[in-house]
Parts: sequence; structure tokens; C-alpha cells
Amino acid sequence: MPAKGGGVTGSLSNRIRRDIVEAGYHCGESAHFGGGLSIVDLLAVLYEKHLRFDKNDPLWSERDVFILSKGHGVLGYFATLKNIGLISSDCFRTFQKNGSDLIAHPVLNLPLGIESSNGSLGQGLSFGCGIALAAKKKLMGKRIYIMLGDGECNEGSVWEAAMFAAQYELDNLIAIIDVNGFQNDGPTAVVSNKANMAAKWSAFGWNTIEIDGHSTEQISNAYKYAENTTGKPTAIIANTIKGKGVSFMENNNEWHHNRLTEKNYLIAIDELENSSD
Amino acid sequence: MIEINKKNTRTWSRIGVRATYGMALLEAAKDDPLVLAMSADLGRSSGLNQFISKFPDQFVNAGIAEQNMVGVAAGMAREGFSVFASSFAPFISMRASEQVRMNLGYMNIPVKLVALGSGLSMGFLGNSHYGLEDAAVMRAIPGLTVVSPADCAEVFKVIRASINYPHPVYIRLTGGVNNPIVYQDDYEFEFGKAVCVKEGKDLCIVATGSMVAIAITVANEIEALKGMSVKVVNMHTLKPLDEKYLSELFGLFTTIVSLEEHSVVGGLGSAISEFKARENYLARHVSIGIEDCYVKAGDYQYALAEAGLTKDKIISNILNKLCIPL
Repeated sequence: MPAKGGGVTGSLSNRIRRDIVEAGYHCGESAHFGGGLSIVDLLAVLYEKHLRFDKNDPLWSERDVFILSKGHGVLGYFATLKNIGLISSDCFRTFQKNGSDLIAHPVLNLPLGIESSNGSLGQGLSFGCGIALAAKKKLMGKRIYIMLGDGECNEGSVWEAAMFAAQYELDNLIAIIDVNGFQNDGPTAVVSNKANMAAKWSAFGWNTIEIDGHSTEQISNAYKYAENTTGKPTAIIANTIKGKGVSFMENNNEWHHNRLTEKNYLIAIDELENSSD
Repeated sequence: MIEINKKNTRTWSRIGVRATYGMALLEAAKDDPLVLAMSADLGRSSGLNQFISKFPDQFVNAGIAEQNMVGVAAGMAREGFSVFASSFAPFISMRASEQVRMNLGYMNIPVKLVALGSGLSMGFLGNSHYGLEDAAVMRAIPGLTVVSPADCAEVFKVIRASINYPHPVYIRLTGGVNNPIVYQDDYEFEFGKAVCVKEGKDLCIVATGSMVAIAITVANEIEALKGMSVKVVNMHTLKPLDEKYLSELFGLFTTIVSLEEHSVVGGLGSAISEFKARENYLARHVSIGIEDCYVKAGDYQYALAEAGLTKDKIISNILNKLCIPL
């Protein structure tokens, strides 16, 4: 049955996507739609089935950690945190309003489940390596999930961190690479990142798995695979569609950062409410 | 805890600031399994040989990757480790400056960065390795404490003060081996609290790092040459600046000289100028440091002379600015 009306029906992914469109439209500003929509299914499966946290105790010391290294993906991230109960609806409605805690890039806010400040690309994996190594040294079982963009992998610091994680055998570290194929100036293959993404991570000593980043089953299997791996960090190369779920945004890089008109907002919401997802 | 006394300070002076840093961190690790040393393939150059052999699980080598090292250091510090990450000054401050800004500044994660061989002490290794602008870059990042110990005893004081300090610190090590001694006995050290190391009433030199010892010599010679009474202040903390102490100095002296082994752009001289301008003090401020240039390289003493930072050059510079004939 297609979901209609409010934001509590439909799959978690569908609810997150509708919230992305709502927040992105109502903020009245340009927002990062494309890279927010591409990561939704990866986040929905992670938060629903794999990430160990307590929404009533966001500071629980044993919790797993998720870090959005591709910080401009906040619409997908904040909408996920709203739907799993860490960010209130009232708070979520302040997205990109003056004075809000929720701006275009994550700002560290543990009570809201935001584990790190990001926005400068290429930094989250290093931070995650540190948390993962600390957890190992303290014999804690927590897992660290870092989401990167394929464009972000232009940054040299990503590869410094990739070498480090393999060197220190950080098998509690899982990198999720959102390969949506685009970056700010165009297709990643045209700008800088032509060679095979999975081969790169494998060459750096990572356990690597390539999946359809919109297949719930493949995503869940990839997380399970990572969770059961020892001796190596795991890179999940998730092939995604930038703007996934809104027809006029899909694979259209004009929606990397753009403003929704009322007409387009209504089209987008209608599509999502009538989606079979 | 190792005592700060004449015998120990002589030993530390001989081995220099870097080896003293290694000793100070070794002392800290004995009492605290959460003390963690990191380096970017410069563990030996950081004086950490003994630390690494005694506490191998408390040392993490990041390889030649300073940006990643700072991020990893932040992740570990967030989880409760007291992390000291060392590399040569330009690499840890500027190569990784944005990692410092995002992790240590923006998120206020209390990593301690240890800048080796800052100023000109890298000698023949040249300007690629000199710390000319590191304090300027680090000082510009909100939330960082920037400190430059005057001698090896003060290295101990700074490391001890840093262990449980809840904010990030940039520890700028200047001077080499056979490092001049400023402190032979223990004394009160607190971040942001300047220390008078020589009293005087006609002129005041505010110095930091390696220049504190030279400032004392300079002050004594000016007194002998010109009959002036010269005060010397150790401004070990460049940020937060001891504004209360500086206010008193600006009220008492007509001329204040700042002296540093750092570019005149952005270091101690700049910090004092900024404060003076903000408060509209009328006293003169003479800023002595490395001019805005790359210094002709040679051994440490040669480079200091090229930069005008030897005793005689500083004396003539000060007297010239005061319009007092030599």
C-alpha cells in the first residue's frame, strides 16, 4: 500500500526521504538534497538493525558510533535521527533556521546523537580510526561506522587513514563509501576519481565488499559481513543513485545543492507518498 | 615525581628539550595507563625511545601522515586517553592545521600537540623544517592553548600541567641541546600566568621560549652598559595571553620589548600588539623576532645570527629603537 499523508507510515527509508524533502523545502534555503537522498537506505538499515545505541541514553558509553564524514549529507542523517527518536520533530523543523543546532553540516551534539563535527571532507575516517583504536585498547566491543562520499575520496587524508586502519587491524571499523557517482563539479569519473573504488580499498589492505546501496538485503548482509570480519577493517562500497527517490533529482547533479520551489516540492512529496517503498 | 633541582636541570639542559620531553612523558606514563604518545615517524626524534620500549602499548606511530595522526589523536582523546602527538613544528601545525581546527578547536578535544624543533633549531635542515609561523597558525584557532617553554625544566612543568588539562594545547619546543637554563629550582607554573624571571624598572622585555634565557643575558648587559634596570618576563603561554599581567606592565613601563624565536607576524609580538591596540595603551612596544622571511640556513647559532636573535644583535636592536647610542 502506498503511504499517504503524515510521516509515520511507510518504510523507514520512505519516511526519511519524505522528511528530507519537507525539511529541505521548509528551510527556504538551498540544501544538499542529492547526497542526502543517496545515503538513506544505508542509514535506515544501519540504525534500524545494526547500530547498537540507546535512544533514551545517547551518551551510553558502550554504544556504537556513526560518523557522517561526508558532512553535507546531513538531510539524510538528521532525518534518520529524527525517525529513530534522537532528534525531536520540533528540533528537526529548525533545520537551517537561524540559531538552529541543525545546519548544513553536522555539529557535535551527543544528546542528539551527532557524534562529530564535520563538513571539511576527508577527516571523519581518521577520527573514527582513533575511536576504534581506543576501543580496542580498552577491550570494548563497540563498532565504528564512518560514511564517506566517493567525491570525498579525492582527499589525500582519506588514504592516510585507510593505511592506518589496515596497519592497526581495526576490524571494529567499517567505512561505508557512498558511490553516487557525482561530486560538486560533476561526475567523479570526470573530476578526479576514475579508477575502481573497491580495488583501491582492497589494495590498501581492507576487507572490501561492493553492493547495491539501495538493496535492503544487500546492505544488511554487508553490515553482517563487516561485523563478522576479524583482523581487517571493512569497506562497504555502496553503489547508489544521487537524489534517489525523487525522479527529477536522480542522477541530476543540479540537486547536489539547490532550492526546492513549491511546485517541485509538491511533485517530490507526491512521488514519495505514492512510492511502493 | 622527578625533582626539579640543580643537578637534574643540568642533565636536562645537556640532553635538550626533545629528550626532556620524552623523559617527562615517561614519568607521566608510569602513573597513568591512559597517557598515550603518538608520533608521525618521529618517535626517536621526539626523545621517546625509552617510552616506547617501556610502554609499547602506549605508543602509536601514525607513519608520515600528520593529518591522519591529528584525527586519530582526537578520536583516542575523545575516548579518554591523554594523547601527546609530536612531529616537527611546521608539519604538525601547518600540514595538519585544518585537522587541528576541526578536531581540537571546533570539537574542543584535549589533544596535546608537541612541536619539535620549532624556531630555527633544526639548523642545516633548513626552512622546510623551521618553525617560523607555527604559533601564528595555532594561535588563530579558537580554543587552543599555545605554550612555549623557556627551558627544559619548564618542559617538565608544561607536560605535567597538560596531562589532565581539559583543553587542547600546542606545545612549542624551541632550543636545542645544551639548552640554556632559566629555572634551577621548582616554581609555580600555570597556563596563562606569566612569570617574572628578573626584576627591573626602566625597561621590560617580555620573552617566550628559547628567548627567555637570552633576554636575561641581554637585560644584564644593558644594565651593565647603560645603567638601566631591565625586567624580564617569561610569557610562556602565548594564548591565552596573561592580559592582567600585561596591563600592569603597560601601566609601569614606557617601553615594552617582546622577544621571540618566531616570525614577527602572528606570534608573541603580534599578540601583545593586538592587546595593546584593543586596550589603547600608550606605552611603546618594540617587537623583536624573525622578520617576515625565510632565514639563510646554517647551524642553529648561524641561523639565529642571520635572524638577528643573538645577544649582541638584540642589544643593539633594542638600544637603536630606544635611540640610545651603543
